[in-house]
Amino acid sequence: MVLHKLKRMLSKLGAGCINKIWRLGAGGRLFWLTLISSGESFRRFRLTIREVYFTGVLSLIIILVSAFFVGMVLALQGYHTLQKYGSSEAIGVLVALALVRELGPVVTALLFAGRAGTAITAEIGLMKATEQLSAMEMMAVSPIARVIAPRFWAGVIAMPVLATLFSMVGILGGYLVAVPLIGVDAGAFWSQMQANVDWEYDILNGVFKSVVFGVACTMIALFEGYDAPPTAEGVSRATTRTVVTSSLAVLGLDFILTSFMIAV
Amino acid sequence: MERTTIDLWVGIFVALGFAALLGLAMKVGNLTTSSIGQTYLVTANFENIGGLKPRAPVKSAGVVVGRVSEIVFDPKTYEAVVSLNIDTRYNFPKDTFANIYTAGLLGEQYIGLEAGGDEVNLKNGDKISQTQDAVVLEKLISQFLYSKATESDDKPGKTAATSTESGVDALDASPLDKIGK
Amino acid sequence: MANAIVEIQDLSFGYKGRLLHKGINMTFPKGKVVAIMGGSGSGKTTLLRLIGGQLKPTKGQVQVGGEVVHQQDREGIYRLRRKMGMLFQHGALFTDLSVFENVAFPMREHTNLPESMIRDLVLLKLNAVGLRGAHALMPTELSGGMARRVALARAIALDPSIIMYDEPFAGLDPISMAVICDLIRSLNDALGATSIIVTHDVEETFQFADYVYFVADGVVAAEGTPDDLRNSELPFVHQFVHGEKDGPVPFHYAAPEYHASLLRGAR
Repeated sequence: MVLHKLKRMLSKLGAGCINKIWRLGAGGRLFWLTLISSGESFRRFRLTIREVYFTGVLSLIIILVSAFFVGMVLALQGYHTLQKYGSSEAIGVLVALALVRELGPVVTALLFAGRAGTAITAEIGLMKATEQLSAMEMMAVSPIARVIAPRFWAGVIAMPVLATLFSMVGILGGYLVAVPLIGVDAGAFWSQMQANVDWEYDILNGVFKSVVFGVACTMIALFEGYDAPPTAEGVSRATTRTVVTSSLAVLGLDFILTSFMIAV
Repeated sequence: MERTTIDLWVGIFVALGFAALLGLAMKVGNLTTSSIGQTYLVTANFENIGGLKPRAPVKSAGVVVGRVSEIVFDPKTYEAVVSLNIDTRYNFPKDTFANIYTAGLLGEQYIGLEAGGDEVNLKNGDKISQTQDAVVLEKLISQFLYSKATESDDKPGKTAATSTESGVDALDASPLDKIGK
Repeated sequence: MANAIVEIQDLSFGYKGRLLHKGINMTFPKGKVVAIMGGSGSGKTTLLRLIGGQLKPTKGQVQVGGEVVHQQDREGIYRLRRKMGMLFQHGALFTDLSVFENVAFPMREHTNLPESMIRDLVLLKLNAVGLRGAHALMPTELSGGMARRVALARAIALDPSIIMYDEPFAGLDPISMAVICDLIRSLNDALGATSIIVTHDVEETFQFADYVYFVADGVVAAEGTPDDLRNSELPFVHQFVHGEKDGPVPFHYAAPEYHASLLRGAR
């Protein structure tokens, strides 16, 4: 009886693994199809602009408010630790580097997955459930070119913009706490920052990270929607999976990218 | 939502993004300060570079005049060959002295250039012959202890209490100077 | 029939070894309204998808205008689909576009007509279904019957030669149903198109269809004009047309003997 149960568990695990690999392959295929049918997203750039509005502009508020608070908390926490070593002027460096290199791209991507990613999944899933994608197919219009690709490129455009804004607003939040509130010298705050934050190594690498996260988050959201079972329950599950998968993908990719960037 | 309104918002959104990137570049990053235009390359050999890294600043009189571009190990001389990119606006005499300093007690390491008196200037591809290695903390401490030991051998009459006192004095009198000799 | 525009020949189709269709033959002549009828789950909608090339047959073939659908590449299928219009079960209007933009969608995608001409054509199509006044509404603001009519206007936007209807009467009130019935017939005759209707509403369909196929158990169980079928002696057709609850299609799903189950304690 125990053996039987064990066997069933093992076979369930195996089936789960195979399913994951299958989905990975299907996602990769959708990614490829999206890339090769992207022409229309640029020829009729209006389609993409429309989606930038929905994914980027509508995510602006949550990104900016979060950035402000993250920056303030970083400054508070950083000051608390740095002053023990008598180097509280280094607070500017700490806030800026933490935001530009890590928190900007990563937190933006996580918030993006929650705000825009779920919206994309639900929208595509519902379009599928209500046969809108089928209808498009029957009108000889490829849903990948007309629906998936513009959303993909919109996500890839919106993410770095959001991440850059996140970093900038976060630094302003850190400045507000460090300089007027705690009383760190403003000159030291900025000059230490400028001396230690490198344009290419820190800022551009951060932007590059956010572009990669943009590709990953948007593609995951699109795939989950496109692959969702065409029922209310299927779409709601797909939405949850979007958040889980995107978050894990972002954190995993972050580790890989960071290790490459530090090694170089 | 009207299409034109969407266009406007997206335009604002992207413009904000560029503004933020510009802000990061100008206010936060060192794009402005590190924009060393034309540079010339000189090399310097060190027996020990300590924790010096590529892209570390090269300073003279505290002003950044260039950056370390590359550090390689020379298997013939068993020395580190450090390449320096120096701004063409600054010229240094041929007998310039290159030191590896540490910013603060535990800060990052950088190269300090002290100009000599030669009338010929360094040019692209030249080698700085006079160098001084990085200070390695362990070496410093062991040398200090060694010198203390020889000192107490010289003056056997001293008591333990005065010996610790003179130890404090020795620390005050900058051990860095002692090791340089 | 010589001028068949769509022909289904010895068609078999199934998922994972279970066959849904087992050798179906159908002919859809030009200018006629042909209905495919059958119980729920008999694979009627799948037939439409096979005609539209969204699915590939396991065996046999579907010909549209003399071309075998599943042998076409992507371009070829898209070329064939431009001759088809399809009305989906619940309309499948694009929820993020207005009624006007929904009808304009196929024109914008496939033609380079100037904006003024698109406007005229869209209003013409909307007028044909009686909803010119609703062009500015969003699909969420429409009733089920209106949504169906807008979808019909969209399906005929490019004047297709084949119009397919997937359950056009499902979930409609009697008035909307009568309107759709009327539209199917009049649009078919006005456009000179061929209509293929998948449905299980006997009364409405018999009023206007030229020819009817009955599908049961994966084969064509009966075919003929509505009058033929009304008087048919075939037990299945008789049960279906007259809506009797028991007959060749049993009321009970296959199960062990009821009495025995009770005694044993049903599992």
